[in-house]
Amino acid sequence: MSIQLKDVHKAFGTKEILRGFSLEVHEGETLSVIGASGAGKSVTLKHLVGLIQPDQGEVWVDGQNIAELEGDDLAELRRTVGYVFQFAALFDSMTIEENVAMGLRRIPDMYDEEIRARVSDCLALVDLEGVEACYPSELSGGMVKRAGLARAIATRPKYLLYDEPTTGLDPITVTIIDRLIIRMSEELGVTGIVITHDMASAYRISDRIAMLHEGRLRTVGTVAETQESTDPLLRAFIEGRPELMESAQ
Amino acid sequence: MNGTIVAPVRYVGRWTLGAVRSLGKAGYLTAGAVHALKNVEIWGPRLLPQLVAIGVASVPIALFIAAFTGVVLALQASYTFTGAIPMYFVGTLVGKTMILELGPVLTGLSLSGRVGASISAEIGTMRVTEQIDALETLAYDPLAYLVVPRVLAGVLMFPIIVILASAMGVVAGWGSSIVLLDMSNAEFLKGLRLFFEPWDVQFAAIKSVSFGLIVTGVGSFYGFHTKGGAAGVGIAATRSVVLASILILALDAFWAVVLL
Repeated sequence: MSIQLKDVHKAFGTKEILRGFSLEVHEGETLSVIGASGAGKSVTLKHLVGLIQPDQGEVWVDGQNIAELEGDDLAELRRTVGYVFQFAALFDSMTIEENVAMGLRRIPDMYDEEIRARVSDCLALVDLEGVEACYPSELSGGMVKRAGLARAIATRPKYLLYDEPTTGLDPITVTIIDRLIIRMSEELGVTGIVITHDMASAYRISDRIAMLHEGRLRTVGTVAETQESTDPLLRAFIEGRPELMESAQ
Repeated sequence: MNGTIVAPVRYVGRWTLGAVRSLGKAGYLTAGAVHALKNVEIWGPRLLPQLVAIGVASVPIALFIAAFTGVVLALQASYTFTGAIPMYFVGTLVGKTMILELGPVLTGLSLSGRVGASISAEIGTMRVTEQIDALETLAYDPLAYLVVPRVLAGVLMFPIIVILASAMGVVAGWGSSIVLLDMSNAEFLKGLRLFFEPWDVQFAAIKSVSFGLIVTGVGSFYGFHTKGGAAGVGIAATRSVVLASILILALDAFWAVVLL
């Protein structure tokens, strides 16, 4: 099992976000996590790289309990995980080349020439050649997202975590990003977790889809199982019909 | 009636809890930054740019403030001493006051605005735009990357800036004494040398090291704990200037009690 969340609880002050969330992600699969805004999807993702520690429960990534890692061990694990932030979180005072090279500079014995070559490869993979010298503020929203993806894949991670990679993008760019996610999985064998609200995108890119509701796992299944599910909350979300949610509660 | 009694108690309780929580966070940040010193490969390359940004770029404003302070000190001393105290004491007063007090304190206060607010705004913006989270996911210790080089630059550069500013204040006071007060060079220098102790410069350097630590440390603290977008960044910058200024004045008194 490559990623496991076991009965994870997390609260910020008096607000409970996760209330016993358990999930297993299989090696090599792409799993989309859907759910209403504020359901705890992004918080879940941050648990997987130790940005947030659970109040209760365990988070296992690559056979290691995140809570037991610190210092160099945590840094080592983070090198195996690429994180695509919702708004890319590119370093705005650096060029795109410097941004993509950031993770590579933490790899011992990697020289400048090798780093430059890897940066070019990653930018080519996301169809972003020629923007190395640009600053993030000079790029469009879709390009910034793709640059964020290039930075995440630069260290050749085993796992990729995508936080709403297509939110706010035009349909063409959404399709481009979706294809990139599929390519990461098929060509690089990356295990992916995608937080999304976009069901069309989730159907395209996922092996399985999990629904997070009120801090707990509501449903999980293949795309076909999700499409055929009769769970009223899942149906409400898929079809965008809040009246179904009311009848389910 | 009950509400009138309970409300202030509740307010004091909340304030105390908030203060204790902030002290805990500050302690945690300090311990983390000390621990991050071992990551030289992360903070080392960032030190020189910070020495320039925090130190070299602050010299003009520090010299500007010190120059005018030196002029005013000389004129006010002359106004106070006329007819009662020999005029060469203008040199004494300008020298002692600039080196012991006004050089370090005015520089510290002005740099709490220029440097402290800039640090908290920069780190705070990185916090609210998830750039600090991104640093962590890329296996960088954000304390080593952001805090250590800034604090080291503050500690190393503040004494240099303060000594330059104090010297500028003395030179400006000297010049204005010659030009505006009809004093001779010999008179001013006699007064300047009269009670000068090399220890005075060391005292100023010690104070300014602590001011550098406070300004950069407080700026980093508020930047790191920024919440809530642009407004949060503004609040962090304001709070860092206010707290750093208060702590500079408190430390100024502390060093006077302990070292003089």
